[in-house]
Amino acid sequence: MKTMQTKSIQVKGLQKTYKQLHVLKGVDFEVEQGSIFALLGSNGAGKTTTVKILTTLLKPDSGSVTVNGFDVTSKPEHVRQSISLTGQFAAVDEVLTGRENLIMLARLRHLPNPRQVADDMLKRFGLTDAADRKAATYSGGMRRRLDIALSLVGQPQIIFLDEPTTGLDPEARIEVWKIVEELAEGGTTVFLTTQYLEEAEQLADQIAILHEGKIIASGTLQELKKLFPSAKVEYVEKQPTLEEIFLAIISKKEAM
Amino acid sequence: METVKKHFFSDMGVMLGRSMRHILRSMDTIVTVCITPIAMLLLFVYVFGGAINTGTDNYVNYLLPGILLIAIASGVAYTAYRLFLDKQRGIIERFHTMPISRSTVLWGHVLTSVISNVISLAVIIIVALIMGFRSSAGVLPWLAVAGILVLFTLALTWVAAIAGLSAKSVEGASAFSYPLIFLPFISSAFVPTDSMPKVVRAFADNQPVTSIVEAIRALLSGQPVGNDIWIALAWCLGIMLVAYIFAMRAYRRQG
Repeated sequence: MKTMQTKSIQVKGLQKTYKQLHVLKGVDFEVEQGSIFALLGSNGAGKTTTVKILTTLLKPDSGSVTVNGFDVTSKPEHVRQSISLTGQFAAVDEVLTGRENLIMLARLRHLPNPRQVADDMLKRFGLTDAADRKAATYSGGMRRRLDIALSLVGQPQIIFLDEPTTGLDPEARIEVWKIVEELAEGGTTVFLTTQYLEEAEQLADQIAILHEGKIIASGTLQELKKLFPSAKVEYVEKQPTLEEIFLAIISKKEAM
Repeated sequence: METVKKHFFSDMGVMLGRSMRHILRSMDTIVTVCITPIAMLLLFVYVFGGAINTGTDNYVNYLLPGILLIAIASGVAYTAYRLFLDKQRGIIERFHTMPISRSTVLWGHVLTSVISNVISLAVIIIVALIMGFRSSAGVLPWLAVAGILVLFTLALTWVAAIAGLSAKSVEGASAFSYPLIFLPFISSAFVPTDSMPKVVRAFADNQPVTSIVEAIRALLSGQPVGNDIWIALAWCLGIMLVAYIFAMRAYRRQG
């Protein structure tokens, strides 16, 4: 499953400046097809800016960004056919019912049978009972599930999740994690940003740490753990958590 | 690789269907847009009207054009509100990352604004008819009136789009409409301008509402319209063009 060598996303030397603020200062990373990739960073590190560039909402200042083999600057239409974005806030239409939201998205993706698509999604995400209620009446977790279901309409190859569990209770968070894992098992590439280290640790095949506009470390969790050998003095061997690795790397950088 | 197929009309239909549902499901929209102008119509005709001397024997006829403009000005505030919510909730971003015709997102709101305003104008005109509004105008003048009203709606809708797309809060998104709602009061919509003090009168005579009101009034009463209709059209088209340019600029900033 994860032996495929094709790259879903390739980013080289990506730079972006907002007015005076140099947000991205040369970002490089690659995402394997069918893998879960976590972009980790604190608030303001540039995670959302990166996602916006990858999803054609913002244009890069320089560098090359390829998504599903298409350049985001010259072939944004093709990129949009391959992706979907679940932003930081559940982008559901609250006045419409869950079913209507899904039918609307299926129509916009020009799928042959929008009602059937909606029914299938409602069932898959456990929203059948709430299907004909306005989304405004949904709980945070249900809203997030509907939001992700909307993103999956039309089966895009690459899913972007920008802080998908921010503001969710632990139960809803675990639900989202389950969905993400199922997606990757089905061959979808998942790109997620998070500020929860535990989340990256749980889900990601590949982790990149974005700090002050640059990727300061990347690799699998195992590779990152090697960067930070465990303490030797204790009797009990202690594996560093990703949180410790993250904080150590950042403070090392800042000391420089 | 073939180019990506665009489906402007089908996407447009989806967007339009969505906004129409919004209108039909929020009764307060319909109530505010229709009831307030109707209440003003009643108030001015049956309370203040007796003391207002417009030189006509039918004050409803005199008043109706201005009331219709007030209805449009309050109606477009909801367009700003809905656009703001779409922006704030990430719905515009969701649509923009999909392979759809991007402009339909905005045009859906604009067309919805026109349709909902036409509905509320029709309701208000029916109430005015019950209150004694009569017009000797034939089909062509009525079409001209409809044209001016739609043009005015479009012009204000694009102003609303700027507000909705650039506002930082819900209040900010609809605040722009308050001066628009008040503009008819300082025009010939309620009373002739010759009773006003010099400075106020100069403003009233030369602001867009007066020429639009005069043009509609003349068309409905079968009087010669004179220059007013051209001034009215120039105002509507001018406002629409400038607002459109700024609205598109604000829209492109959404990514």
